[in-house]
Amino acid sequence: MNPAITISNLSHSFGKRHVLRHLSFSVEKGIFFTIIGPNGSGKTTLMKLMAGIFKPQKGQLSILGLSNRSYTPKALARAVAFVPQRLPVDLPFSVGEAVLLGRAPYQGALGIEREKDLEIASQAMQFTEVDHLSSLNIGQLSGGEQQRVFIARAICQEPEIMLLDEPTAALDLAHQVKVMDLMEKLKIEKDITVVMVSHDVNLAAMYGDQVLLLKDGEVVCLGTPAEVLSFRKLEETYACKLLVDESPLGGFPRVTLVPGRFMDSKN
Amino acid sequence: MLHTIIWQIRLPRVLLATLVGATLSLGGLVFQALLRNLLAEPYILGISGGSAIGAIAGILLGFTRFPGVSLTAFLGSIATLVLILVMTSGQSVLKKESLLLSGVMVNAFCSSVIMFLVSLTQDSRLHNIIFWLMGDLSTADIRQVGLLAGMLLPCFILIFWQSHAMNLLLMGKEMAQSTGINIKAVTITLLVTSSFMVSVTVSYCGLIGFVGLVMPHLLRLIFGPDHRILVPACILGGGAYLVICDLLARTLPEQGEMPAGVITALIGAPLFILLLKRSER
Repeated sequence: MNPAITISNLSHSFGKRHVLRHLSFSVEKGIFFTIIGPNGSGKTTLMKLMAGIFKPQKGQLSILGLSNRSYTPKALARAVAFVPQRLPVDLPFSVGEAVLLGRAPYQGALGIEREKDLEIASQAMQFTEVDHLSSLNIGQLSGGEQQRVFIARAICQEPEIMLLDEPTAALDLAHQVKVMDLMEKLKIEKDITVVMVSHDVNLAAMYGDQVLLLKDGEVVCLGTPAEVLSFRKLEETYACKLLVDESPLGGFPRVTLVPGRFMDSKN
Repeated sequence: MLHTIIWQIRLPRVLLATLVGATLSLGGLVFQALLRNLLAEPYILGISGGSAIGAIAGILLGFTRFPGVSLTAFLGSIATLVLILVMTSGQSVLKKESLLLSGVMVNAFCSSVIMFLVSLTQDSRLHNIIFWLMGDLSTADIRQVGLLAGMLLPCFILIFWQSHAMNLLLMGKEMAQSTGINIKAVTITLLVTSSFMVSVTVSYCGLIGFVGLVMPHLLRLIFGPDHRILVPACILGGGAYLVICDLLARTLPEQGEMPAGVITALIGAPLFILLLKRSER
């Protein structure tokens, strides 16, 4: 079976700034794959390459066993859906209309909706629990609800791979758990490969089957949360003091930040 | 006599006003969707001004109105478009301020180039240049209107074909692209088509401003944000709007008439300020 995403020797630069250097790894199908790393490590660039927003400059990127170049934009949109970090919250459409826009890869140029499109959009809204908001405007919703609306829109593309860039960044604790649970449900119930970029190493540890740790555009480590989130690797990569122990929930590591005032007494 | 007035003077003029109003209104709608800015409009952006420079240059070079002057007007509009895109490049969402500033600067530059060209020549062909610059629909003749329709109608169809892509573009370039839109192709098609339409109408009847601001705004209030409805609505509504403006321009003065552009600016400029004020809140 082909992996969901295969990347080999991928490099990317903006002008003279090398953002990604010779990346090689693959993402197996049906897993929750998280990408973590310090600011400027190239996480978002990597995700935009996977989403087809940037074209690979050097190296290979394959989606479901086919080179990224061999996809038409529509065919790629049927395989990969993307939820960016900054959502278009000023979109003038209602929630229902916005979700329905996700059906575009299956429609003609004018996007005439058939019965099936409406049904899929309605199921997607039920899945992310925003169906009761269908007639409201996007701007009227809370951050967590907006995030769930755009995940529903992405589900409408019926993708095999779902990419999310920092989906929990602007959310309070309850909404963070709700959105993360939703992505786990996507993996389990819909068999979608979920790839998430996050700054929150603990969320990555709690939900990720695999964690990719990036620094300066290179792979530091790829493996299970327990393998990647080790004390030494994290301290070296993030260059700050951390404690790593096992989560009280069991089965995955827990990372604790160490405030500066504790440093002197320890040394 | 009456027959002649209706068929040879009034009808071509009404048809011309309809075509030009539809074009300018549609042009506004397209630029608003592409730049994700409700204040964008061919006249405000300076695209119309660039076309006017091209048109005047064409007239001075002694070209005929078709195809020569239309072609130089088109080149002028494309040059302005490139200038605006370069000035505002590197911004994912075009900021209101920088868009307006660059528009004001491009417009100021265009006006001075136009005055420069005008002052260079004593040419009698430029006798009515000021009148023409303010937007004049009085020169209509039925054959030219037919020719104009032949150039504009295919543009309308092409833009209607992209109307759902314009809906998707409202989500931002990245999300639109990941939903299967070929951003480059759609953007270039829309920019070139609408610049072409606008420059053709400018070379015909000068600068008529704010139609592309007033009509899309009004029609959005009535029909909502779906471009598949807004494109035909702008064609019909924009056409009707300019016919009415031209009627006012023809009947309001006690003697003679004034350019239709005066009326559209009298209505449009206050609305523009109102919209700007409201969007700041």
